[in-house]
Amino acid sequence: MQSIIAPLVSHRICLAPPPIPRHRLLSHRPHSIRLPSHRSTTSLRLFFSCAAASRDSEMAATTNDVQDPRIPKIASSIRVIPDFPKPGIMFQDITTLLLDTEAFRDTIDMFVERYKGKDISVVAGVEARGFIFGPPIALAIGAKFVPMRKPKKLPGKVISEEYSLEYGTDKIEMHVGAVEPGERAIIIDDLIATGGTLAAAIRLLERVGVKIVECACVIELPELKGRERLGETPLFILVSSAA
Amino acid sequence: MFAVENGLQGDPRLQAISDAIRVIPHFPKTGIMFQDITTLLLDPLAFKHVVDIFVDRYKHMNISLVAGVEARGFIFGPSIALAIGAKFVPLRKPGKLPGRVISEEYELEYGSDRLEMSMEAVKSHERALVIDDLVATGGTLSASINLLERAGAEVVECACVVGLSKFKGQCRLNGKPLYVLVEPSHLDDLPIESISPSSN
Repeated sequence: MQSIIAPLVSHRICLAPPPIPRHRLLSHRPHSIRLPSHRSTTSLRLFFSCAAASRDSEMAATTNDVQDPRIPKIASSIRVIPDFPKPGIMFQDITTLLLDTEAFRDTIDMFVERYKGKDISVVAGVEARGFIFGPPIALAIGAKFVPMRKPKKLPGKVISEEYSLEYGTDKIEMHVGAVEPGERAIIIDDLIATGGTLAAAIRLLERVGVKIVECACVIELPELKGRERLGETPLFILVSSAA
Repeated sequence: MFAVENGLQGDPRLQAISDAIRVIPHFPKTGIMFQDITTLLLDPLAFKHVVDIFVDRYKHMNISLVAGVEARGFIFGPSIALAIGAKFVPLRKPGKLPGRVISEEYELEYGSDRLEMSMEAVKSHERALVIDDLVATGGTLSASINLLERAGAEVVECACVVGLSKFKGQCRLNGKPLYVLVEPSHLDDLPIESISPSSN
């Protein structure tokens, strides 16, 4: 398998993207600079599609080295809300993507194209925005959908995994018996920030003998280095947002 | 109105859907027979049946907006929206949606709660559908209808996978029709192995 690594291009008018270890990339090409629009803020965003599968990931062979033409529309449909939920946070709002039928359709299609026919029987989605993207993918690839929820939401027997927050901890739960040892899974969420939730989801599934083929998110905030918390599990994202 | 009353009598998909829903007794509190749709989601064919039936019903009704109630409405709504070419609008608990929102209070058994919607989600006179997994008192759906109507949408129907039998016939919610696939499953209907111990 050939791996083609495009050089990173820095633009003077925006922040250079944080360095990403080359072995983690197959292709990495900055696509466009987004200047402030009426919907975004004074900061600039650099969008690029990053096929994040590491060199030895089984998904790596399916990654293209050319920017998918659907990415710019997906990226531009995401709204940035400053100082939400608290000052200093630039919130990546996917609800505007959901209002754009073509962008939403393209988002799902890109994940489905990647995971169909790969013997994936489980799509796990993290509450609550993972519930929006996970089920359409699951239905299209013929997999079951497994919701991973905040404590006490799931009835019946559950297993839970604790993870750290900035202050304190939280837990994520899954039903006992939802998955079986040996099943192959992907985990979906709208966004990866610090990676804490996804790392907990990975641990939960691994505890019951499931193989996580990949984590998949619409958006990555690369400066928060969430990718590093996922251990050996590869991450696939459509849009990387460096504020 | 139930699906069996409206053209789907004898449709084997409805039985498959009903069979795939698990009953958990005494959750979240004693006396409540909780209809757990997560087992439906583990059955890709039964899950697909749910989406297919809703899509067949709504695809020619000129619906441009599907609103789903957090969180289980998020599981069913987007697939329907995508298939009928509508946008998906999440209706959320307070404080979750960024930007400008409108909110609607509704009654719980004890106390009240609020549901919020983004102010930018709706264009005036849009035809909308509201989706949730289950309708019991109708409080959440009523609040959803109010939110959409306040924003200028026309709510065409509310749709749920499971509904209490009181919603048979021409029963309306806030004047809006309700479409339900199946009645609640009962413990007696299920094989023993699918019943989870009630000591959670």
